[in-house]
Amino acid sequence: MKYIKLEHGSGGALSRQLTEEIIYPILKNNIYTELSDAAVIEANGKIAFTTDTYVVDPVFFPGGDIGKLAVCGTCNDLSVSGSKPQYLSLGLIIEEGFPIEQLIRILNSIRSTADSAGVNIITGDTKVVPSGKGGNIYINTSGIGIKEYSEIISASRIGVNDAVIISGPIGSHGIAIMASRESINIGSKIRSDVALLYPLCRSLFDLGSRLRFLRDTTRGGLAAILNEICSGNNFGLNIRESTIPVNEDVRAVSDILGLNPIEIANEGVLTLVTDPGSAQEVLDILHRHETGKEAAVIGNVTEAYPGRVILETLVGGKRILDYPRGLLLPRIC
Amino acid sequence: MLSSHSIDGIKKEIRSIASRLKKDIVIMEVCGTHTVSVRRAGIHSLLPPNIHLIAGPGCPVCVTPTGYIDNAINLVREDRAVVVTFGDMLKVPGSEGISLSRYTGSGSVRIVYSPLEILKIRETVTKPLVFLGIGFETTIPTIAATFLRAAEEKNKDIYLYTGFKTVPVALEALLGMPNSMIDAFLLPGHVSVIIGENPYRDVLEKEGGVPGVIAGFEPDDILIALLFILRQIREGTHKVENAYKRAVRAEGNSRARDVIYRLLEPADELWRGLGIIPGSGLKLRPQFSRLDAKYVFGFKEEYNYEPSGCLCAEVLQGKLSPLKCPLFGKTCTPEEPVGPCMVSSEGACAAYYRYGDIKV
Ligand code: SF4
Repeated sequence: MKYIKLEHGSGGALSRQLTEEIIYPILKNNIYTELSDAAVIEANGKIAFTTDTYVVDPVFFPGGDIGKLAVCGTCNDLSVSGSKPQYLSLGLIIEEGFPIEQLIRILNSIRSTADSAGVNIITGDTKVVPSGKGGNIYINTSGIGIKEYSEIISASRIGVNDAVIISGPIGSHGIAIMASRESINIGSKIRSDVALLYPLCRSLFDLGSRLRFLRDTTRGGLAAILNEICSGNNFGLNIRESTIPVNEDVRAVSDILGLNPIEIANEGVLTLVTDPGSAQEVLDILHRHETGKEAAVIGNVTEAYPGRVILETLVGGKRILDYPRGLLLPRIC
Repeated sequence: MLSSHSIDGIKKEIRSIASRLKKDIVIMEVCGTHTVSVRRAGIHSLLPPNIHLIAGPGCPVCVTPTGYIDNAINLVREDRAVVVTFGDMLKVPGSEGISLSRYTGSGSVRIVYSPLEILKIRETVTKPLVFLGIGFETTIPTIAATFLRAAEEKNKDIYLYTGFKTVPVALEALLGMPNSMIDAFLLPGHVSVIIGENPYRDVLEKEGGVPGVIAGFEPDDILIALLFILRQIREGTHKVENAYKRAVRAEGNSRARDVIYRLLEPADELWRGLGIIPGSGLKLRPQFSRLDAKYVFGFKEEYNYEPSGCLCAEVLQGKLSPLKCPLFGKTCTPEEPVGPCMVSSEGACAAYYRYGDIKV
């Protein structure tokens, strides 16, 4: 077996062979002990449940791969909703002709990321689509987490003067992907920030109601999250561009591609809002983690400009920071 | 970028000159990319209240006449040719309210990032290809080079629809407009890379001219250029200065200009918003007339038609801030644009909409 064939998804002998000889040995754990139709788990109290689908291209990129992304992304969604990730499902949609050696690399990456996250993959499914009808491999993961943080995470708890904090430098994921897609060599050093955010989140849950809001800064980047925080609300956000951490390489490649890191997707960056008096304490907490070393206060909540994000630019001017518009394409002229 | 210390120094000097001026000063950003940079960095919000920045006609899509767009749409609608264009042109509505984007699914409208791609497309389609040649001195050289090559290779059935515009002549027209309020020009960086400093001198340094400073596109480039302009206004001079020396040489790029003028020669040109400006366009030289879409397809004479309520014409002349257009942000938004100034990413209305008008 070197390449995925349509028969690998047929439910017949080859399907079983793929599952028994390749997928299962890599992913097996205490719960996923046999190939049954559904997993049975014990649950007490509140649980969180989420799903996400991963279609990243290229499948392997600097700093990660689609497998790591599929585990981190879903675990992070659970973490920022105040839960400890516990279980994942794994749906694979593979294009005919996909090299099995690459599938194995992805499965190993899924396993090792799941192990670091302390989650088990407890059920799964594999489908094969004809060559040319898919993008190498797509992955869906659904996740269940146990609620640990008792407060409800919602923008409605945000008040004027609260501090807006970001946990690390922005833009590396999207730029790493785009640089590898465009074969921009100077971008080769840029690695995706894809990472598990649960440890960071866990250390913030103890703040109780002083932590007002918590989000994973993914698609649409910081610009989209900041707008989601305030749009439709009676407060606005004042953000100082000079305080937003961005790695030099990311900034340089963004310039070449005509993109703004503030609109670029991240996979390991938290945006959070806390009460103003706790900002320093929160920074101290975040700085203790590798993924939070460069955490910074980037602005505050204001009464002026309700529903809008106002960006104080590097030269001290002010402008509206809107939702990113259109597709993020490289510049055309 | 300059240190925040140097930037503070520039801002301070701007404020100090402005505080001693007896009248309000209106500075036009000729180039759409400057308008976007100014708005994106909030530079307008840093300026003293008597210094006003206004957007100009330097957005290629915005100054393309409605008749040009109608002619392009008709080519596709009547199935006479495949139209090849830069993406920004797609969404600009013609006089009937529809745009080329309606036809992208048909395969008869192709978007390219570089004009050279047209030669590749040539190999895959059987219909005649018409390239929509719009833009300023920045984009013209690569388009001209492509068509010179097409001519040499005797490439069949590739045509150029010229809608090119040149900047210096337009500046003269802007200054000559009745009630012109322009006190100075922020001159476009990319165009100047090609044409250099001299063509502006002929227009701005003569009697009745105004200060003009060539600027780069970073916020600090623009601030320095604005400072140069204000110093000139304080001294009462009107010279052309280059504040973008790291990219613009005084003599420009003569090789790129050679390419342009081997294929093209000056012509009178209709601008949206500004009307006909003699000598401000470029048409194919007679020996290349077989590449000329105007000649081969017998287009209707171009005209301008503004959608009802749209004040793009005034915006392009620098007489109106987009914020003063009654449709701005109401029925006219980047998602559903009424006029070209809201369509193009370099359009003034789009930039004002996106970045707002915050006062510090
Ligand atoms: S806001 Fe819209 S309608 Fe008004 S001038 Fe601009 S493009 Fe035209």
